[in-house]
Amino acid sequence: MYSYDAFDEAFVRDRVRQFRAQVERRIDGSLTEEEFRPLRLMNGLYLQLHAYMLRVAIPYGTLSPAQMRQLAMIAERWDRGYGHFTTRQNIQFNWPRLRDVPDILDALADVGMHAIQTSGNCVRNVTADHFAGAAADEIADPRPVAELIRQWSTDHPEFQFLPRKFKIAVSGSPRDRAVTRAHDIGLRMVRGADGEPAWEVSVGGGLGRTPMLGQVIRPALPEADLLPYLEAILGVYNLRGRRDNKYKARIKITVFEGGLEAFRNAVEERFAQLRGEWGGADRAMLERIRAMFAPPAWKERDDGDYLAFRAASPAFRSWTDTNLHPHRAPGHVIVTVSLKAPGATPGDATAAQMRTLADLAERHGYGELRVSHEQNIILPHVHRADLPAVWRALREAGLATANAGLASDIIACPGMDYCALATARSIPIAQGIARRLVESGLERETGPLGIRISGCINACGHHHVGAIGILGLDRGGVETYQITLGGDPTETAAIGEKTGPGFAADEVVDAVERLVRGYLTVRRDAQESFLHCVRRLGLEPFRGFLYGAEAADAA
Amino acid sequence: MSRRFVPKVVSANDLLEGHAVWLTEDDRWSPDMGEAELLEDEAHAQIRLLFARAQPHIVGADLVDAAPSPTGPVPLHFREAFRTHGPTNYHHGKRAEGLTPRGRIPGAQDGV
Ligand code: SF4
Repeated sequence: MYSYDAFDEAFVRDRVRQFRAQVERRIDGSLTEEEFRPLRLMNGLYLQLHAYMLRVAIPYGTLSPAQMRQLAMIAERWDRGYGHFTTRQNIQFNWPRLRDVPDILDALADVGMHAIQTSGNCVRNVTADHFAGAAADEIADPRPVAELIRQWSTDHPEFQFLPRKFKIAVSGSPRDRAVTRAHDIGLRMVRGADGEPAWEVSVGGGLGRTPMLGQVIRPALPEADLLPYLEAILGVYNLRGRRDNKYKARIKITVFEGGLEAFRNAVEERFAQLRGEWGGADRAMLERIRAMFAPPAWKERDDGDYLAFRAASPAFRSWTDTNLHPHRAPGHVIVTVSLKAPGATPGDATAAQMRTLADLAERHGYGELRVSHEQNIILPHVHRADLPAVWRALREAGLATANAGLASDIIACPGMDYCALATARSIPIAQGIARRLVESGLERETGPLGIRISGCINACGHHHVGAIGILGLDRGGVETYQITLGGDPTETAAIGEKTGPGFAADEVVDAVERLVRGYLTVRRDAQESFLHCVRRLGLEPFRGFLYGAEAADAA
Repeated sequence: MSRRFVPKVVSANDLLEGHAVWLTEDDRWSPDMGEAELLEDEAHAQIRLLFARAQPHIVGADLVDAAPSPTGPVPLHFREAFRTHGPTNYHHGKRAEGLTPRGRIPGAQDGV
């Protein structure tokens, strides 16, 4: 894992010192709110419906046990004993007090963390495949590059006032688990002509008001060119991006309005200028970073009582069926720890749960943890022999829900329960759907199903790429939920299509149940997932399930 | 021509705590919307808003629609009702502080 050098350490400490003084000046009245607001946002501090909210970056989703414990400590000491993991691999604390925030930031700096650039029109936290460095299907660990981008983009003088926020995601695997196509820049590792890892660069993706999938601007960029190329993209966007209209200011609109060709030409021209100026410092830095991400020395052992326990315990077996993913090292697996017990708030973990996870990572996981954009926690390296012990400890902590990738593994943003921008709630809808589909037994029968819920058009809950997407809107002062179908966050990315009129809050759980029951009647067989079934049949039969057959005919 | 003015309250957040507060007739900031001054005259509402925005330790002061009730103003929109209620997923915020939620939270039982 990356650990801060003297420069990083001095930089974040300096930032905390500055912010502490800014908070003092705000409290004594020397700074107005107008002056203070951009300063607090630069440090991740929002004002929400009920309180401040502090958003802390978890770069590329990687956490050490010490960092996780510190998050637990912060939750207990300065918040309400829990934290909310988000779709951008951040953690949000919902109740900090203004005076405490500088202390919280210092506590984060103690473990090499910060809240810098988690808001504002700058390059935000770089997100990555949560199975990075572990997945059997990966070409190489993309996190060294993500860390390089973090360093390059942090406080980058040219890119502190972009037309709008800017999100970059990286994946080292052909299986896209980082939703790269929904990012301003998506980086997917591929094999170049020389067999060496190269990067497929896509640009102009984004969800929100005008959802678009990124388009490939370079199919196989050599790694040596990566930073100059990113700098060229950002530079062109910085000049061309629409600053006149907030809703047209994202790079997706810049690319869309002028066309990819024109954008590419401008980027290539800028890149040609920049390339020679870089001189290789970035490469040296990348090598230094890469050394820190060297994989642990995998222990070779037998499987212990793993198989016997699997045979003996149906609950354990069911969990191993859903929550494990193939690991690159023999005998090892990747464990997804679900933060989605039916009825729980998606993405929330208590301080006690965070400590359990830190302990498990230390004892059985080579000291590594990951946060997924799906709002779960990952133990990336667990030997099969340790699974029974891991599962028992998770069960004790209420963390052994066997639902990774299933219908109750719902992504949901905070919505109107917390968010000042929300138009409707997300959390109770997620809770209601999860309970219904689990209690009715439909979840197990259904198999993989991605349900994603956002509380407003900003789409933090990624509803556009949910096989079932739910968007909460305010229609004449009433929470109304619009359903989209067929969204796909993976390498076969697709934006979901609207089905028709929205549903009231007390109708939407029934509506989702009708969709799931309908799917079970029309799927080809149990191997055909909900998403594949929608792809094969189109929306019409599903509109029938939602609105009744006649309504679908009339539409 | 003149549309009837929908009565308002001045709603804001406390600078230090971040909590929702409302402006009272005697220039206090109350965590209970029931104590807020109901502004039924548009010109007076604007003056109160200007006053609110000039207050130290107050953030994001704005006018929001409200209606009279025997126990004080009640919000008309559910967003403001949430601010009097706290989140619905945990017992945190106003309800946990013993304040009575005001306005309609869809699906919630309590509330004035
Ligand atoms: S989608 Fe909207 S409601 Fe949900 S967290 Fe984002 S801004 Fe808030």
